[in-house]
Amino acid sequence: MKKRLATMAVAAVMAASPVLADLVFPSLSYRTGPYAAGGIPFADGYADYFTLLNERDGGIGGVMTRVIECETGYNTEKGVECYEATKGEGSLVYQPLSTGITYQLIPKVEADGIPLHTMGYGRTSAANGKVFNNVFNYPANYWDGASIAIKHLLDENGGDLSGKKISLVYHNSAYGKEPIRTLEELSSKHGYELTTIAVDHPGQEQKSQWLQIRRERPDYVIMWGWGVMNQVAIQEAANIRFPMENFIGVWWSGSENDVIPAGEAANGYKSLNMHNIGTDYPIYADLQQYVIDAGKAAGAGDQVGTVLYNRGFYAAMLAAEAAKEAQRIHGEAEITPAMMRDGMAALEMTEERMAGLGMPNFGPAFSVSCENHGGSGQGKIQQWDASAQQWNIITDWIDSDKEVIQPLIMEDSEAFAAENNITPACADS
Amino acid sequence: MFYREAGDFKTSYVDDSQTFPIAFDRYRYYFVLVIAFGIIPFIINDYWANAVMVPFLIYAIAAIGLNILTGYCGQVSLGTGGFMAVGGYACYKLMTAFPDVSIMIHLLLAGFITAGVGVLFGLPSLRIKGFYLAVATLAAQFFLVWLFNKVPWFYNYSASGQISAPERFVFGVPVTGPNVEAWAKYTVCLIFVTGCAWLARNLTRGTIGRSWMAIRDMDIAAEIIGVNPLKAKLTAFAVSSFFIGIAGALLFAVYLGAVEVGEAYGINKSFLVLFMIIIGGLGSIFGAFAGAAFMVLLPVLLKNVLVGGLGWDTALATHFEFVIVGALIIIFLIAEPHGLAQLWKLAKEKLRLWPFPH
Repeated sequence: MKKRLATMAVAAVMAASPVLADLVFPSLSYRTGPYAAGGIPFADGYADYFTLLNERDGGIGGVMTRVIECETGYNTEKGVECYEATKGEGSLVYQPLSTGITYQLIPKVEADGIPLHTMGYGRTSAANGKVFNNVFNYPANYWDGASIAIKHLLDENGGDLSGKKISLVYHNSAYGKEPIRTLEELSSKHGYELTTIAVDHPGQEQKSQWLQIRRERPDYVIMWGWGVMNQVAIQEAANIRFPMENFIGVWWSGSENDVIPAGEAANGYKSLNMHNIGTDYPIYADLQQYVIDAGKAAGAGDQVGTVLYNRGFYAAMLAAEAAKEAQRIHGEAEITPAMMRDGMAALEMTEERMAGLGMPNFGPAFSVSCENHGGSGQGKIQQWDASAQQWNIITDWIDSDKEVIQPLIMEDSEAFAAENNITPACADS
Repeated sequence: MFYREAGDFKTSYVDDSQTFPIAFDRYRYYFVLVIAFGIIPFIINDYWANAVMVPFLIYAIAAIGLNILTGYCGQVSLGTGGFMAVGGYACYKLMTAFPDVSIMIHLLLAGFITAGVGVLFGLPSLRIKGFYLAVATLAAQFFLVWLFNKVPWFYNYSASGQISAPERFVFGVPVTGPNVEAWAKYTVCLIFVTGCAWLARNLTRGTIGRSWMAIRDMDIAAEIIGVNPLKAKLTAFAVSSFFIGIAGALLFAVYLGAVEVGEAYGINKSFLVLFMIIIGGLGSIFGAFAGAAFMVLLPVLLKNVLVGGLGWDTALATHFEFVIVGALIIIFLIAEPHGLAQLWKLAKEKLRLWPFPH
């Protein structure tokens, strides 16, 4: 394991380092605590992508990138401290990987004019870019996820879910509560019966919840879990012999760490994903050559190719592409957070662009605009194969039910705008 | 040399019974107030406010509150987090229901509401004592967190169950919401800390404080000499919860801006504040400040030294933080079981005798 370079270190208390000609990407990571199993691979992937850009291309548009890592432990107070400690360094975009911290940061980034990218988490209604000028949640959000899971179940049942019973097992926090509203709307549309079962932080104890599931015998269980809660839930589901192929987790409940502890019993468990998996992409050859073999990989270097590593990698790629876009729009290599925001709002990920990066079909093709910060809202379903110890993608991109979600987003974001006296408008660049 | 009573003559009873009878102490107190009100607000930046000063001041209020209940009245409480949650949610409901009323009044009202809830949960203390009371207040902690999670009315039916503070002004200056300046945040907390500490100091010097301490030292003896345990214990719960409620309301409205009850007001908060008063010193207002400083500032300092200064890996530094803070707590408690306040008192005692110690 390698020591972080001195250049990555957070400057001491005052955070008043001289102006460095760097593109700064802070990484509010968590490598400790009950959520570290998810935080470590994501942070490694995020850091490795920028290391690759520095080593192979000499940064972005000729300017070196710098990743500042700050440990939050998934704790909102530490998250705030990390934000304050790093924002003076010229940070271009924040990705806290925590819905709780996101809620803290939304008002702060709007005031400070720094973009916040919450990929598949955070506040769903931030997809309305007219209200949330600096907050982005492309390529997909929680409500898309809920809808994609239901669509998959519709496909399996020939388009009819009436009379079916679906249970939602959720982390009892802002994160876990997000999909409830959408699932309720969809339940009145498709006629299934929804029950919600809360699991309190950190989710190590779920006996009573699964007893309830055993008693109610739902046809399907959908899970919104994170950290240690996931593995416990999968183990408990196995204990009550709940059929795994009827158990679907959101994209945060679908990593190797979640299913391996349950062993063979986890076979057939499904989860959503917002990007492809594995290392079968040309870019991983470069990664091997420039980063791993050179001994510059972040963390222990043993996470490459896992689901969450790929997600961190993908998040970094989207950030780097947005930075390129910003450089192109403004014609300057050393961009500011405000320019970065314009780059993110004009980001267009096409098949050709991803192929050009050595990541063909890695994520969905989507485009961002001032009104729509949410991207395409597509996702895939993956299934765990316990004997081969790997995830397999079993569907193509599934579109979410925008008919249901869009009014909900408008309603929630307009309520936020009214509460905070925001006049919805595009940010002037 | 400077620190002694000799030569400091008092000519009235009022002078004789003042809070700081020694002139040097009094000047030091004024000096700290001048620095805190006159200098820090003009030089403070966002990082110092949000990462250091504001949490320190807020936890100091909570520690003063718990110190009144546990340190002065001897009633162990593990419900601090839950009572802070009452303060936070009361403040939120008031802020959204009466947007035209000043936030300062809401913060005070949040304290009074928490005092009411505290008295309610204090009732069992008349029958149960010691560890059993600790368990009863632990139940309060879990019940209150569950309640705020379960009943959507408390979070105004928001989809995520989060509460977030809308923008509110004091004399035209925003003190909650996104556009708060560092100095405004700091000053609001400082005003409440000063008020709370002044109130607590004077309460504990008077009749009520003496009846609390009588109950703490031996409740049966206190009852025999005429202290009403019902009144003493319930006032301790009320005053303590009032301070804790203000701390919870400030934590939500001024410091964090958005909270989720399980995370911001969980059982960890109860233990954190309890550790603060144990390390700082039970039954001492200074101890509450010292304990809050120790528990809030030390991790931030260590993080800056280990990650910023030495360039350590963030995960390694975090693990070491736990080790160092834990070891320091043990060392402090072995060296001085009565906390930092006692160390301070000994130091002052030595100063008074200096240069002729015996």
